Amino acid sequence: MPKLDRRRLLRGALGGGTVALGIPFLDIFLDGNGTALASGRPMPVRFGTFHWGCGFQPTIWIPAKTGANWELSEQLQPFAPVKKKMTVLSGFDVKLDGAPNRTHVSGNLGIRNGDVVGDSAPSFDTMIADVAGDGTRFRSLECNAMGSNDSLSQRPGARNPSEATPLSLYTRVFGEGFQDPNAGVFTPDPKVMVRQSVLSAVKDDRARLLSAVGASDRARLDQYFTSVRQLEQQLALQLEKPAPIENFTAPKAPPKKPTGTDVDLVLENHKAMAQIMALALASNQTKIFNVMFSNSSSSLRIPGDKLTHHEHTHEEPNDPAFGYQPISASFVNKSMRGLADLVVALDGVKEGDRTLLDNTLLFANSDSSQAKLHQLDGVPMMVFGSAGGKVKPGLHIAGNGDVVTRAGLTMQVAMGVSVEKWGTRSMLTNRPITEILA
Amino acid sequence: MNQSVSRALGGGRLSRTLLAFAAVAALAGVGVASSGVAQQRSPAEPATDGAPPAMRVLTQTQYRQSIADIFGADIKIAGRFDPGQRPLEGRLLAIGTSSAGISAAGFEQFETMGRGIAAQVVDAKHRATLLPCRPANEKEFDAPCATQIVSRYGPLLYRRALAPAEVSGLVERGRVAQGRLGDFYSSMATTLSVMLIQPDFLFRIERVEKDPAGGIRMDGYSKATRLSFLLVNSTPDAELLRAAGAGELHTREGLARQVDRLLASPQLEQGMRAFFWDMLGYEQFADVQKDPTIFPTYTVRLPVDAQEQTLRTIIDHLLVQKADYRDLFTTRKTFLTRPLGSVYAMPVATAKGWEAAEYSADSGRSGILTDVSFLALWSHPGRSSPTIRGKMLAEIFLCRTVPPPPGDVDFAVANDVSNPNFKTARQRLDAHVTAAPCKGCHLQMDPMGLPLEKFDSIGVFRTAENGAPIDASGNLGRRAFSDVAGLGQAMHDSPIVTACLADNLYRYGVGRNYTKGETAWRDYVRASFEASGYKVPQLLRTIATSDAFYAVTAPAADPLPSKNAAPTKISLKD
Repeated sequence: MPKLDRRRLLRGALGGGTVALGIPFLDIFLDGNGTALASGRPMPVRFGTFHWGCGFQPTIWIPAKTGANWELSEQLQPFAPVKKKMTVLSGFDVKLDGAPNRTHVSGNLGIRNGDVVGDSAPSFDTMIADVAGDGTRFRSLECNAMGSNDSLSQRPGARNPSEATPLSLYTRVFGEGFQDPNAGVFTPDPKVMVRQSVLSAVKDDRARLLSAVGASDRARLDQYFTSVRQLEQQLALQLEKPAPIENFTAPKAPPKKPTGTDVDLVLENHKAMAQIMALALASNQTKIFNVMFSNSSSSLRIPGDKLTHHEHTHEEPNDPAFGYQPISASFVNKSMRGLADLVVALDGVKEGDRTLLDNTLLFANSDSSQAKLHQLDGVPMMVFGSAGGKVKPGLHIAGNGDVVTRAGLTMQVAMGVSVEKWGTRSMLTNRPITEILA
Repeated sequence: MNQSVSRALGGGRLSRTLLAFAAVAALAGVGVASSGVAQQRSPAEPATDGAPPAMRVLTQTQYRQSIADIFGADIKIAGRFDPGQRPLEGRLLAIGTSSAGISAAGFEQFETMGRGIAAQVVDAKHRATLLPCRPANEKEFDAPCATQIVSRYGPLLYRRALAPAEVSGLVERGRVAQGRLGDFYSSMATTLSVMLIQPDFLFRIERVEKDPAGGIRMDGYSKATRLSFLLVNSTPDAELLRAAGAGELHTREGLARQVDRLLASPQLEQGMRAFFWDMLGYEQFADVQKDPTIFPTYTVRLPVDAQEQTLRTIIDHLLVQKADYRDLFTTRKTFLTRPLGSVYAMPVATAKGWEAAEYSADSGRSGILTDVSFLALWSHPGRSSPTIRGKMLAEIFLCRTVPPPPGDVDFAVANDVSNPNFKTARQRLDAHVTAAPCKGCHLQMDPMGLPLEKFDSIGVFRTAENGAPIDASGNLGRRAFSDVAGLGQAMHDSPIVTACLADNLYRYGVGRNYTKGETAWRDYVRASFEASGYKVPQLLRTIATSDAFYAVTAPAADPLPSKNAAPTKISLKD
């Protein structure tokens, strides 16, 4: 009897058509201690971002001590279970260099894109995705807990839109095209191969199209073809039998529920999305993810209140007894709880003797420090996880007015991006925050 | 038009152009084209430099309309589109399409939608009507039939003629698919799927060719595409493609024939709806949230009806009544549904659907600025905002760009509704703008927004805020008024408002801002609009039959960053 390999089987299943197979990848058999795959390749390292809008109350957010012996501040209490796995970055500034402060926009442009003036610089998560995001179905996944498609993940000319509901995130990841790694039986779908041929037909026209447009549009067409290649890769993986993954059970579809800006509803939807995202990472559907808890001019609100979080930050007086704005602070408290939900969800997934969080680098930030005045000095940032051992957690580092781009540069360096310096104008820096690099 | 307006809008030769228009119109009278649009004999159109050809990504409505026009309105399209981009300069989504790309997630959606559409086109329900032939045997590949199918849909999808090699290449794709799938219809679905995700379909790629008169020109198909999307927001129909292929769009008469045909077609309505939807910023309704405990009448249905109310009013006024654009700011005629009636406190007899209505003289409402669509969209979730309303009025209808607030503003006074000294928004703003850095910008916004304070966050009429009577006085430039009707009249009388519409329509059509070489042309278009009595169909005709609308320069040789390259989500509610 002739040897029946997978290629031969597929060929049979497709009625004798000649096809090119995708490259086998999902050989996720862990070695004994969970730090590497059985093949000797290191465990995949994931990278994610989290954003909440309208800053913080510095007096109750910034930990009193710096270094390794810091203690959780009042607003950071939700992180008690994961304190050893987090680092707080306070006192790093977005420098405007005389450019206008585009309120609730400039801060994120500085932190995520390294450029407060232009709008076309890519956000650093996409540069990480380009070097660390391949080999999975999705180059990155984005979700937004407020029911919007908005995201901060941006390539020149195209923003990566967010999934706006837990159900749409679930459907994108675990709907059509998902291969359960623990299903046991694997039947490649011949239609997938036909879809591959469709994409390859499109790619065949690349040269003709590039010659038909001017140079500036060529970059946009190139981006289109990058998108085509990403889908191709997705399809190639669907033709491979995925290796089993320990402790993984595919989730069930979440119920269809309303979305909105009521802060408790946002927390609920965010928690559901965090759990789906953790499973998407665990089953290697993606290695890069971007979560938006709230928009930069936070529309979070409490039912019945005429004002949103954003409006409260501008009008609420400082309570003399507390020294801060109590209603605005309550929204930040809930935002921190949301972030903690995500971190705990990642930490709850075991990968050998580690957790998914240990094999992840999660960067979190807001768009401003004190939103009341749209302040850009000392914008709050945090880092969670150890990126598979590349990052040393457990610190509070005070920037003392240093530039925020040091954080973005550090994330890129930790995730293997070949970059020496990052940022523009006075925010151009070649100094990663070495204290947190292992 | 007076000199101050000309200056305000950056025009210099406008008055001269208008005088020339008036003189010629008086001497020659006007003719009437088949579309019913008055054809004026105009002074010579100013020559322009044009701009490099554009590559514009299809918008959601253009994609949907194209599919409906090519395959039929019953073809379902299930998927999500990348959010549009409004550039800081120029504001229109249509301008953003010239710099937007397609994200990986967006392409994934296009691939899924394309497969879904292709499967429906060849399914048992549609194949008899949508496919021009039947295969001799479904189990065998029928190359002549496949060729017919590709030849029928290729030009409609790519908006140009296909080279023989392109047709044979697509047919060959079908043959390979048949080998795998064993079924002719499935193989044709595969071929259609290829066409539906090609950049030739997803982008409007403009091409240039040698002009026999010297230099280069936009090719006929690209002209047809620009024209078709301007007027009907969809792919060129078979007749327009024919005319393009025959070179007719390069002649003044041939072009005018097609323009008049489209201006007279029922599809003009969908084209103008798309333009005003973009100009009025209605995609922002997706992010509008109103607190249901404060505003129980703001249901899921209300914002949908509110947009439709204003668009219906605009279409009826401009295209059906063929009335003066300026009257949109004063008319009390409108259309209502029951859910809208509850906000306007007006009885609506029709249980489901629309009926014509008229705001009463004492309703405090007149013109589209007092529609729920404008008032609710440009407010906070829980309360109104004269500043946001004034800012958006300035940006949408006056084509002004209001700079963002300084970074270190303390808004506490402006927003403190509990201060017993500041009960109304006007009082709070007065206190706020005494600070010098705030004053300059607020004077560009608040005096136009304050008259609308008689309407709350969702547009319900009111006379008092926190127990204090609302003072609805304001001003537009130097013109002062005491109430919202005065605002509407000032908008009606403002030449900036009409010039802004003329500018927007052209920029919408070409997908970019005016270039320096187009100043005289811009003034000419504004003057032409004025000379027509502010009739929008005539304005469309002026643009669509001009040389300027199709003028191109050589494609940019270097990848210079475009001013419009920014994928910007403007924060409108800061």
